[in-house]
Amino acid sequence: MARLSAEAVAQARELMSLYPDSRSALVPICHLAQAEEGWLSPEVMEHIAELMGITPAEVLGTASFYEMLRTEPVGRYMVSVCTNIACLLNGAYELLEHAEERLAIGVGATTPDQMFSLEEAECIAFCDRAPCLQVNHRFFGSVDDERFDTLVEDLAAGRLDDDVPHHGVLSRVRRQGGLAVPAEQVRAERAEADRARAERAAAAQAERS
Amino acid sequence: MALTDASPIVTARLRHGDSHTLERYLATGGYDGLRRALRMEPEQVAEEVNAASLLGRGGAGFPAGRKWSMLRPSPVRYLVVNGDESEPATFKDHLLIERDPHGIIEGTLIAAYANQVTQAFIFVRGEFALGLERMQAALNEAYQHGAVGRDIFGSGFSVDVVVHPGAGAYIAGEETGLLESLEGKRAFPRIKPPYFPAAIGLYGEPTIVNNTETMANLPWIVQHGGHAFAALGEGSSTGTRVFALSGHVRRPGNYELEMAKTTFRDLIFAPVLGGGIRHGRELKAFIPGGVSAPWFGPDQIDLPLDQDAVGKAGSMLGSGSVVVMDDQTCVVRAAWRIVRFFYRESCGQCTPCREGAGWIEKVVRRIEEGSGREQDLDLLLDVCDNIAPGLSWPPQQTTICVLGPSIPSSIVWAIRMFRDEFLVHIKEGACPYG
Repeated sequence: MARLSAEAVAQARELMSLYPDSRSALVPICHLAQAEEGWLSPEVMEHIAELMGITPAEVLGTASFYEMLRTEPVGRYMVSVCTNIACLLNGAYELLEHAEERLAIGVGATTPDQMFSLEEAECIAFCDRAPCLQVNHRFFGSVDDERFDTLVEDLAAGRLDDDVPHHGVLSRVRRQGGLAVPAEQVRAERAEADRARAERAAAAQAERS
Repeated sequence: MALTDASPIVTARLRHGDSHTLERYLATGGYDGLRRALRMEPEQVAEEVNAASLLGRGGAGFPAGRKWSMLRPSPVRYLVVNGDESEPATFKDHLLIERDPHGIIEGTLIAAYANQVTQAFIFVRGEFALGLERMQAALNEAYQHGAVGRDIFGSGFSVDVVVHPGAGAYIAGEETGLLESLEGKRAFPRIKPPYFPAAIGLYGEPTIVNNTETMANLPWIVQHGGHAFAALGEGSSTGTRVFALSGHVRRPGNYELEMAKTTFRDLIFAPVLGGGIRHGRELKAFIPGGVSAPWFGPDQIDLPLDQDAVGKAGSMLGSGSVVVMDDQTCVVRAAWRIVRFFYRESCGQCTPCREGAGWIEKVVRRIEEGSGREQDLDLLLDVCDNIAPGLSWPPQQTTICVLGPSIPSSIVWAIRMFRDEFLVHIKEGACPYG
């Protein structure tokens, strides 16, 4: 993919307008771009830079800092097995080993059919269901070897398509609502309210004394 | 068992399967706190929060009201809600974001009103895909309902709220790292001073950064009054808190408990709470407040879940997450996994943290794998001492943020408590637990 789709460009502009400084939209726009192709190609990062009026290096500089933003292609399903403390105490490394065997790939690799990538994740905050994992950041808890195999089969057969969209798709809920007036107007109203409040406070003070 | 019967504040609604919807929220008193707040002067609302002595629920435990009072006067002010929960073994914000997003939104709006904020952001950890969807859907409903946006409930008060997704970085949970991240940059914590974003925060403007659970307490505080909140708990640990219990217990989970009235023993062993250690084993050690905290042993189990008491005993209540290790746990492996986390998550700005975490990880790993050397324990303590000189608690800091001094906690306290176990690894050239 060389460029973002027209729909994504429209959404990116919408995101940029939400923030006092449009640069704040960079991470959300990276998510948006990943939702299209599953990762951030150099070309798409250039397109993002162009849209936002920053350099491609700035896009890469930010994107490369964050685990979820991928500057290399990954499979349709990113399987992230947590091995942090609560999961470690509940057999996470045994589960990770099983995952490597079942998918026939090591941690950090992608299956030849581009269906599954496997990674060792840091704590994903699902510790009461340890050992746990995420597939494209959807949670699966209390995962044993058998449940892992069933999960992989269900994903491969497309039986979980509604719950687990392809890698890169994060929130599927679009923002609706807003102030519907410029921020300056709200600030002017706020200043007016501040003045009125100060007057009320002064009047109350005068009444007391 | 000294369990109290105080009713839950932030998890009351969660018994309903549809607790995340506006319909259920309104049916359970939702947005009444906001309506009440809007009839008060902003200063009065802040006064109630002050009276509540609400300690921040993120990890540092700083009083929310005091954070607010430091806000520099300015026509532009921001509020950022920190939902980037990433401290290992902490999973309470995850629960609240998915199951009670309106509670967080209502708290955010109350805080925005109290501080006359023009724009608020709810930063949700990127890995919480469902949480992001629930939070955005709830915010959309709240706009539709007139609870947020222009002229809220006809009060004349307007504020815009934006749900902002993270993208996977522990350090973005540090409040100045969070602001950098929200500005579209690498989440590098900012150099202090300024110590508080209340002076210089988002885009250089005065900013309040509060944790999600902190926000979720505000509707109740406004409805019942700050003094009613402060009547719960003891001393400076007021109200209730959601404790995230994990590890080798029969019933891991989130438990909202009155602060200071419950002990670690209650939390771990009470049949209605942790239910005791699994498989009839014994308690070996526990972490009282997230993996940045020094470990405790069975001797400290009767301490109350109280910020000051835990601090005086040499650790911290931190993020409120308690990890239980049974007598079959290899503490070398547990400590290694924790330091590996810090090694992976160090942002790399400060040398003691970036280099130190990596070297500690390597040395602990070789001990665990049976290739440790006799001088390794001294070496580890020396490297740790370079990161947090003195190896005391609370720790000294040589780095921009507290990730650095968090690195030695697990290693140093594991060595102090279980030196023999480290030595067995080294002498026998193998892990005794296999």
